[in-house]
Amino acid sequence: MTPQPCPSETPLVKVRDLCVRFSGTPPVHAVNSVSFDLAAGEVLGILGESGSGKSVTLKTLLRLLPERKTTISGTVEVEGRDILSLQGRALADHRGGVASMIFQDPALALDPVYTIGQQIAETVIRHEGVTRRDAMARALEMLELVRIPSAKRRLDNYPHEMSGGMRQRAMIALALACRPKLLLADEPTTALDATVQIQILLLLRELQQEMGMGVIFVTHDIGVAVEVSDRLAVMYAGSFVETGSVADIIRDARHPYSKGLLAANLVGAVPGTRLDAVPGAPPPLNALPEGCSFAPRCAHAEPACGLSPLPVWTGGGGRWARCVQASRAEALADSGARA
Amino acid sequence: MISFILRRVVYTVPIMLGVSLVCFALVHISPGDPLVSILPPDASVELQEQMMAIYGFDRSYPEQFMRWLGLAVQGDLGNSIATGRPVATEVFNAVGNTLILAVTATIIGFTLGGLFGFVAGYFRDSWIDKLATGISVIGVSVPHYWLGMVMVIIFSVELRWLPATGAGPGGSSQWVWDWEHMQYLILPAITMSVIPMGIVARTVRALVADILHQEFVSGLRAKGLLDRGVLAHVIKNAAPTALAVMGLQLGYLLGGSILIETVFSWPGTGFLLGQAIFQRDLPLLQGTILVLAMFFVILNLLVDVAQTALDPRLQRG
Repeated sequence: MTPQPCPSETPLVKVRDLCVRFSGTPPVHAVNSVSFDLAAGEVLGILGESGSGKSVTLKTLLRLLPERKTTISGTVEVEGRDILSLQGRALADHRGGVASMIFQDPALALDPVYTIGQQIAETVIRHEGVTRRDAMARALEMLELVRIPSAKRRLDNYPHEMSGGMRQRAMIALALACRPKLLLADEPTTALDATVQIQILLLLRELQQEMGMGVIFVTHDIGVAVEVSDRLAVMYAGSFVETGSVADIIRDARHPYSKGLLAANLVGAVPGTRLDAVPGAPPPLNALPEGCSFAPRCAHAEPACGLSPLPVWTGGGGRWARCVQASRAEALADSGARA
Repeated sequence: MISFILRRVVYTVPIMLGVSLVCFALVHISPGDPLVSILPPDASVELQEQMMAIYGFDRSYPEQFMRWLGLAVQGDLGNSIATGRPVATEVFNAVGNTLILAVTATIIGFTLGGLFGFVAGYFRDSWIDKLATGISVIGVSVPHYWLGMVMVIIFSVELRWLPATGAGPGGSSQWVWDWEHMQYLILPAITMSVIPMGIVARTVRALVADILHQEFVSGLRAKGLLDRGVLAHVIKNAAPTALAVMGLQLGYLLGGSILIETVFSWPGTGFLLGQAIFQRDLPLLQGTILVLAMFFVILNLLVDVAQTALDPRLQRG
């Protein structure tokens, strides 16, 4: 585990009370009052199941959501700059220059009729205004950096001429081409098979440390999240329910949903027994229950779970959990200690 | 790439052979007496047989086909029964005129269609989209012979701005790009451009809308491209399919529209074809159809090659 990053004065990313609504009938509340900080050089893993709002949170940082159908409120700052108010060229400068993104499926996220070299060079030309020749040289350098074999030849390859793992390496090369401060990774290993997954994770971790980037890594795979992150945030139904360092959450998760995710992991499972899966399905995002969204699926739910606002338990090292029982357990422990 | 083109060219040989066989067979299967237009109704059986022998209609079909094909390969399509002039000259004259009309109509139709389609797809569900889609639906649905007549009534009969019919002074073989001639071209070209415009607009709209929904467009925005950069990618992605549709449309237009050329008495292949059919002029009919079919084959070849050059996924495999 890497050492905890020291909390600096202005964090690289500062998100406060982020809410994202998609208009429609009925409107969908995809992200509900999410707040977090990311220090420079830190890796935050956002863990959650499909539809929990983790990709939407990530895309908000690049303002990639369809403008006409989306209402965003709250504060999103990257390097102190207000992202939600960026327009036109300033927004385009932010995208790919300051922050860039790795997509889940590089087969879909790369343009099929342009070569890898062209696609990387185009980005470099756009942000740094260099000549085509210099941009191509950078593209080659990037392909070598992500360790694509015979990189020079691969420059002229189209995405369909590469394997899945190779494509994801190319995607990473593209995202890093302009040395962004912030890398947003949207389930970058989900579309890959297990052996390639670990190679890509190790590569990402290595490049992150080498370049000192802040990374937000979104995944539904707790094993992957643990592998790459310094800090974890567990997301459920559009809200963060618990955050803390990887070690804290693995050792001592406080929210029943985090516990459920940990219990549903294959590692340590006894062969022949059923996995301890979280029962039920997340609530529809257009009709969230009052109070705790997880209460309907929670084995320990009680009447207090239906009341808003929920109490937030805070622990050492910036960790917290939004759960009635987590805070009460602490209170009990405290009073017990005092008595 | 070169080996691909060569391979593709070689493939066209059997296609052309098949096409010529079909075109020969179609003409000969159809009922009716080919000599009816030049023989008097009361001609003796002897005279009929004599004429049949002169044109070779008394031989077996395979024999006729081989003879016709052999001469066709050398550029001789026989003589028209009705006029006695060589079919090849007639056809190539008409092809020239149709080319003038079709290429003009194509330029108008593809430019407007591509533009409407692109704008409609880019601003999908906006009022611009609805307007452009409306125009293209009308373009596809309106019967063009009717449109042609309406145009003649408005612009020639009522307003007297443009001539109604013909191809200008000098008739069918004296085309010059000056106003004297070009004023004859305007109405038929606009009328003819309406259908490909509608079809191209609808195709391009669907293509652009589909491409804009693909994830790589998010990818392009995510790496900081401005709108015009994204646009270039969209165009390059849409081009191969749009081109295929345009090639097909150009093929139809080059075939000449019998209806439009008849309405405007434009001396092109469609007009010629109509004449050949009504006069049961077999050599002329056969020759015209063959030349038009060859146009189609060659055009498809060109479209295939262009598509492959534009879309790397189609080749190399």
